[in-house]
Amino acid sequence: MEQKTKVSAEDGKHVILITRIFELSVELLFKAYVEPEIVEQWMGTKVLKLENKKHGSYQFETSDPQGNVVFRANGTIHEFNPNEKITRTFEMENTPFPVQLEFLEFEKLTAETSKLNMLIVFKSEEFRNQLLQMPFAQGINMAHNRLEKVLTRLSSAL
Amino acid sequence: MNLRRDVFQAIADPTRRTILMLVASQAMTAGAIASNFDTARPTVSKHLQILTECELLKQEQNGREIYYHLNPQKMKEIADFIEPFRKMWDDRFNKLERIMKNYKPNK
Repeated sequence: MEQKTKVSAEDGKHVILITRIFELSVELLFKAYVEPEIVEQWMGTKVLKLENKKHGSYQFETSDPQGNVVFRANGTIHEFNPNEKITRTFEMENTPFPVQLEFLEFEKLTAETSKLNMLIVFKSEEFRNQLLQMPFAQGINMAHNRLEKVLTRLSSAL
Repeated sequence: MNLRRDVFQAIADPTRRTILMLVASQAMTAGAIASNFDTARPTVSKHLQILTECELLKQEQNGREIYYHLNPQKMKEIADFIEPFRKMWDDRFNKLERIMKNYKPNK
């Protein structure tokens, strides 16, 4: 079966291209990027600010169950053409990652299907590769937390 | 490509990730690894078999015991792949699609 979401990150380049075909009209797909309460649901982060216009800006924040902020990101919107494209910057706060540039293109395929092209431009190939490895690092962290739980349970059983 | 997919299926499982964490600090026997889990010993053996088959773990005979240890080269190889990143976006986009299919404009 062909993968719905494709990611290409060629050697020697400092970009990532993410493409995805949705069983949604382009209008619905675009709405998912515009309505703060919808963005919150699928991105899994709180939306503090989202100004959908040229020169507008946005801010996302994620907290752990204890209420500590674990992730914060912000950016500026450079182009905003409804149902066509969004060009914006993306910066993760309190991380060594420099700001990145994102080109989002929304394409109508049929009345009920659409395609998203997301091109991310990084400061260098090194930073791009580091970002690619992050989800895996999170997986290992999760495994580690689980391990800690196991160890705590074992030691309290003694 | 098949090999890569197998490796990622291997690390997608939380128990197998925990096994990798355990073995990362020191080589261990199957019995010592199994003692860290509530699950049945054959279940842990199955996980060890999968991890060994995709070369994330290596077996080493030491007297009568077989010790499992981590294959750092294979782990490094995984970290270089883009699959976890793709999976993260795939999950997000699947969620987006699900939400918007149920979206009611006049709520």
